[in-house]
Amino acid sequence: MTPARDEQHWMYRMMVTSRKFEESIEAIYMEGKTPAFNMADGPIPGEMHLSNGQEPVAVGVCAHLNAEDVVTATHRPHHQAIAKGVNLERMAAEIFGKKTGLSGGRGGHMHIFDADVNFACSGIIAQGMGPAVGAALSRKMQNKPGVAVAFVGEGAVNQGGWHEAMNLAALWKVPFVCVIEDNAWGISVAKDASTAIANNSDRAAAYGIPGKRIEGNDPYAIYEAAGEAIARARAGDGPSLLEIDTYRLAGHFMGDAEGYRPEGEKDALFDKDPIPRMRSKMIADGVATEAELAGIETDAAATVDAAISFARSSDDPAPEDALTKVFAA
Amino acid sequence: MTISNERKLTIARAMAEAIQEEMQIDPSVFVMGEDIAALGGVYGNTRGLLEEFGAERIRDTPISETAFIGAAVGAAQDGMRPVVELMFVDFFGVCFDAIYNLMAKNTYFSGGNVKVPMVLMTSTGGGYSDAGQHSQCLYGTFAHLPGMKVVAPSNAYDAKGLMTAAMRDDSPVVYMYHKRLQGMGWLGTEAGATVHVPDESYTVEIGKANVVREGTDVTIVSLGLGVHQGLAAAATLAEQGVSAEVVDLVSLVPLDRDTIRASVAKTGRLIVVDEDYMSYGVSAEVIASVTEHDISVLKSAPTRIAYPDVPIPYARVMEQYCLPNAEKIVAAWDQMKVA
Ligand SMILES: Cc1ncc(C[n+]2csc(CCOP(=O)(O)OP(=O)(O)O)c2C)c(N)n1
Ligand SMILES: [Mg+2]
Repeated sequence: MTPARDEQHWMYRMMVTSRKFEESIEAIYMEGKTPAFNMADGPIPGEMHLSNGQEPVAVGVCAHLNAEDVVTATHRPHHQAIAKGVNLERMAAEIFGKKTGLSGGRGGHMHIFDADVNFACSGIIAQGMGPAVGAALSRKMQNKPGVAVAFVGEGAVNQGGWHEAMNLAALWKVPFVCVIEDNAWGISVAKDASTAIANNSDRAAAYGIPGKRIEGNDPYAIYEAAGEAIARARAGDGPSLLEIDTYRLAGHFMGDAEGYRPEGEKDALFDKDPIPRMRSKMIADGVATEAELAGIETDAAATVDAAISFARSSDDPAPEDALTKVFAA
Repeated sequence: MTISNERKLTIARAMAEAIQEEMQIDPSVFVMGEDIAALGGVYGNTRGLLEEFGAERIRDTPISETAFIGAAVGAAQDGMRPVVELMFVDFFGVCFDAIYNLMAKNTYFSGGNVKVPMVLMTSTGGGYSDAGQHSQCLYGTFAHLPGMKVVAPSNAYDAKGLMTAAMRDDSPVVYMYHKRLQGMGWLGTEAGATVHVPDESYTVEIGKANVVREGTDVTIVSLGLGVHQGLAAAATLAEQGVSAEVVDLVSLVPLDRDTIRASVAKTGRLIVVDEDYMSYGVSAEVIASVTEHDISVLKSAPTRIAYPDVPIPYARVMEQYCLPNAEKIVAAWDQMKVA
């Protein structure tokens, strides 16, 4: 199953938007943090986990999702949020801790919540699993359309909660897909130093559900595999597990010196940057012209700039707003 | 006091040095946790240990807190002395059973026949906009549950001595270090935390508070980062002619109630500073230690400056509004005078 021309254009647009967003955040994050880097300073403080390199996963999966479908994401959520259609201006404002942010500045970068498109995050590893399975259960119980997708890192698969949620999803046959983004690292710990088997997709056998590993950080292959898994969930045939080979072109978080990476690993990854690869392929396949892609790139940059300007020009919350929204109104 | 051969260390280095020296003399000590080997710990407290002791004794773990903390309990019961790291205290949610139902209770369940000599070290605290799953202190949560000792150093001298004492203790010790005292290059550090640390191994008694500044008008009790805020407030108050005494709790379990009571008996006034949530926590316990003992020593109602009972917000203006600071302590004194 190859994405249609329009879908390919959308996928490329989302990948470029995500990358440009991360590049802007990366630059702004450093404001106020030089010469002395202190995470607490600048217009964007706190930890910052960028998704550069992992865009194919987000677009290959979200190409099959609508606003009504549920996504739970992680501490590294920007690419998924963008592909899921989270309001970019309000997401940027949230990352700046502004009053106009999605959560009025209460959540920040690791807690992006946009109820309009059913998007939520948790900074605690694997803790998006239970809520996604529960959302899928709810759709089934209410006989409402929609599937739930939990994105997790390959490191999350070693968390007890991951296994509990997988078993529950399979036992109750809910419309759920777990997407593992295997970027080969959990902070400084390589996958083979933390995980007893090579392919986490093999773990699907433990729950009696389909499991598939997709190599090459390839948006087309991801699109195809995700399409099958999501169609299966929509048809009421139960959950699936996908493990997607991808890579992190940034540090674990900003400020990470990455001394644990083997010499040359990073350079080799940059050579395989998925965005120029998709660009060349679309031109070679005659799916897009140079001018069309340049247009998408210009548009994406403008969209990101507008979101960042909105965030910058928005007001800070009132300090005492911290005390509100603890309970439902 | 002038010290010859002064050797100022960060808390991170002091913790690593304590573990290093103990590992050199005690083969049963080993370390487990996430990113504690090649990275040396996100908060630097195991830096250099992998190089000296190798991957057998300095073990990076999968992100499997329930498994490796539970494993530490089993290893401790079987003759080892594990030091395990829970990277942020906020992550206790995924593994608390291993901590409070196993680590903390197995000695009791066995009628004292089983020992669980392990150290659980964990980072605490906010103030740098890391939001509500990476900024909590949770001192009261751990101290509330019986069976584990709980310590929280405010400076590198205590950090090293407490770590050594914790590793030698036959009971489990939860060692809570504050991120903004740690001395990491990428996060601001309170200067007062980086102090002279002797080269050789030594212990600091678990269960003993320190009077870190003497005074006669008011007692400020705190722990960790709050001690430095108390000292800053005491300096401001001194300019106004007010003599504040500052007590560093150092240990929450056991709690040195005698030192708190003696100080308040002298000053007659008590301000408790705690970065943990206000209700049902350390601040109430400190006040109760005084009031249930002898309420007549108090010249005015005790006050607490603690984190309001809300999740920790990301935005700087909101978070800073909620956190304790020296100005709030001085303002609390002003309120107390009029009362
Ligand atoms: C329960 C829990 N333990 C530890 C952490 C600290 N932590 C944050 S990200 C991370 C690594 C995650 O690796 P992976 O799941 O592969 O995601 P990636 O960062 O590679 O996207 C760890 C250990 C956490 N947030 N939650
Ligand atoms: Mg990973």
